[in-house]
Amino acid sequence: MTAHTVIDRLGGGQQAAEGVARSDAQATNSAANRKLYKPRVPIHPREQDGVYRKIKWAMMAVTLSIYYLIPWVRWDRGPDAPDQAVLVDFAHQRFYFFFIEIWPQEVYYITGLLILAAVSLFLVNALFGRLWCGYSCPQTVWTDLFIWVETKIEGDRNARIKLDAAPWTANKIVKRVSKHAIWLMFAVATGGAWVFYYNDAPTLLHQLLTGTASIGNYAFIGILAFTTYSLGGLMREQVCTYMCPWPRIQAAMSDKESLTVTYRSDRGEPRGAHKKGDPWEDRGSCIDCNQCVAACPMGIDIRDGAQLECINCGLCIDACDDVMKKIGQPARLIAYDTDANIQRRLKGEKTRFRFLRPRTMFYAAVLVIVSAVMLFTLATRRTIDMDVLRDRNPNYVTLADGAVRNGYTVKLLNLSSSARDFHLAVSGLKTREVKVIGLETDIMPAILHVPADKVRTVRVLVTVAKADLGTAGSRDITFTVTEPVHGQVRAVGQVFATGVAQ
Amino acid sequence: MSKKKEVDDVSGTETTGHEWDGIKELNTPLPRWWVVIFIATIVWAVGYWIVMPAWPLVHGYTHGILNHSQRDTVTANVNALKAARAAREHALDHASLKQIQDNPELLQFAMAEGKSVFGDNCAPCHGDGGQGAHGYPNLNDDVWLWGGKLEDIQHTITVGVRSGAPDTRESQMPAFGRDAILKPGEIEDLTQYVVHLSGRRADAGAMRRGGKLFADNCAACHGPEGRGERKVGAPNLTDNEWLYGGAPENIHDQIWNGHGGVMPTWGGRLTRETIKSLAVYVHSLGGGE
Repeated sequence: MTAHTVIDRLGGGQQAAEGVARSDAQATNSAANRKLYKPRVPIHPREQDGVYRKIKWAMMAVTLSIYYLIPWVRWDRGPDAPDQAVLVDFAHQRFYFFFIEIWPQEVYYITGLLILAAVSLFLVNALFGRLWCGYSCPQTVWTDLFIWVETKIEGDRNARIKLDAAPWTANKIVKRVSKHAIWLMFAVATGGAWVFYYNDAPTLLHQLLTGTASIGNYAFIGILAFTTYSLGGLMREQVCTYMCPWPRIQAAMSDKESLTVTYRSDRGEPRGAHKKGDPWEDRGSCIDCNQCVAACPMGIDIRDGAQLECINCGLCIDACDDVMKKIGQPARLIAYDTDANIQRRLKGEKTRFRFLRPRTMFYAAVLVIVSAVMLFTLATRRTIDMDVLRDRNPNYVTLADGAVRNGYTVKLLNLSSSARDFHLAVSGLKTREVKVIGLETDIMPAILHVPADKVRTVRVLVTVAKADLGTAGSRDITFTVTEPVHGQVRAVGQVFATGVAQ
Repeated sequence: MSKKKEVDDVSGTETTGHEWDGIKELNTPLPRWWVVIFIATIVWAVGYWIVMPAWPLVHGYTHGILNHSQRDTVTANVNALKAARAAREHALDHASLKQIQDNPELLQFAMAEGKSVFGDNCAPCHGDGGQGAHGYPNLNDDVWLWGGKLEDIQHTITVGVRSGAPDTRESQMPAFGRDAILKPGEIEDLTQYVVHLSGRRADAGAMRRGGKLFADNCAACHGPEGRGERKVGAPNLTDNEWLYGGAPENIHDQIWNGHGGVMPTWGGRLTRETIKSLAVYVHSLGGGE
């Protein structure tokens, strides 16, 4: 195949310019072409090489490596804690992330993390457009991977379109079965990697291979294999177009100064086929070859302008650059550019990129503030904590001599990796006796040994003599726990029910 | 497709080719996904018949190749649980109550077992926190009719109170009014005396007359000073704890009727180990001696 033959064999022999065939690819997924009751037209993007394609391959390698390798990274936390760097330990209610360990009641750290992720997404979107959608979203990465498998087995765009239309011959069956089989293998590996985040990876791998893992693990692999296979293999661009909220949200995050994949209409229009020898003056550079449409995995035409279906992957840039090179025109008719720059060029002004805008500065400020708060709370994270629950049934107990006793369940949390002695004391009320069930003495402060990374629950009975009850129905009482080595203190206010009628 | 599909002009939908009196049927098939799921459920049902118990027969039912039975599953689970608990139950059986209290591991097990057994068997009368109710003793306070030591509690649980078992805790206060042992006026006087015993103001004349009546009729069990006697389960009348209420009308009612509640014997119902756990749990509620 020489440069003079067609790039797109289904182009009907029509030439868009010398050596460039016109593709009959249609933007079947653009808003104007989608109809509510019309079945989806399968999108077969043409294989495209170029700068952005190479970046996409690299990003796929990086993101998939992170996803598959993270559970295997080890992190020493001492003999009593798991040595997996990232682990969600449901059985013991812990979340481990390298040097961070989070208990269930500290789930606000996860909230902080989600806020950080969201604001980062906003900031990146305001600066560079939907880089997330185009390069690192799992939906994009897996769709790309699945299309790559499809291309390897069934061939490039035209071959796939032909195969779709072809009758069910043995050849077609073999191709289809092997494609779906490989997809399913990738899908199972995807779900398989996910469960490693919730279990000790080497142990679980052994269990999975010997068939001794818990049914939940197999079920989750099954569920995630199914979702990966159907979302990445079968649904593809429909996930972005119909299911994902991000395409809708991003419209509010970007403005005319945001970088997006842009067809430089100021240079391209008026478009039209170009005959060899014709002048390039008084016409646009776009030869209407449709190669950008053929390469688009979302099935849209970038020349329609910014649209929610566009994931900003830049494959149309690569496609157009190839064509521009062939017809001897400057590259980047389609490029990462801003709407504002198009306006500026039309007015004859100089183009520029305004990265410092109120919007981006605001997002950056929020990002810095949230990060700082997160870092501060993490750095000063208290490693002792206490919860005090008062008995409700009975609310209070009157003793034979008229004294009143209240029972409390005290939970002492040792959030550190070493066993420690906690000193528990009660104050705020003249008590006759403070008894910790299980301790021989009732000397205050009570010294309670709490194992590393554990909660110790003790029952504390507080008795107040009749003379000291006072006249109020309930009195305030304070439980204080002290960790003498590091001097950490936690005080919890509670109520003492006196049973005195108001 | 050799035949060209006819499209209805008005709706733009294909027709099925069927026509009745000039009315053509539009081809609006069920959605493909719906049909696929429908067929899948049928296939699933057939598979289910083969694998699982499904069809009733004259005698019994088809067992399916898995021969699954929920009854067997429950039995197996219960047995597995028993096996898992066996070691600790054995330890409980061989440890004294004091030893159980002093061994943190055994104590934790006994407390957990005691709490759940209490909820199943004792809470209906004594309340889920052991707080008691009118006529049902509060198990949290320091007032015990039959003793609040570990062994006393264990024994009371085992034999019950007025349960009819041979060695049950037994006491019976006479119904002084109902059985006409005392005259109504005398019961009024006695009531005033008991009110006075618990440190409250009472009618002086009635009190004096009541004192004599108390010595003759009550002191044998409740003691000359009304401090009670655990050997016979007679309550202390000088404290602030009243099983049937402390208001004068409640005291009058009790003297008149001589209420005495019944606690069943748990010796034959619960195992020895379970009763030990229960005793340790009740003791830990706060009133244990």
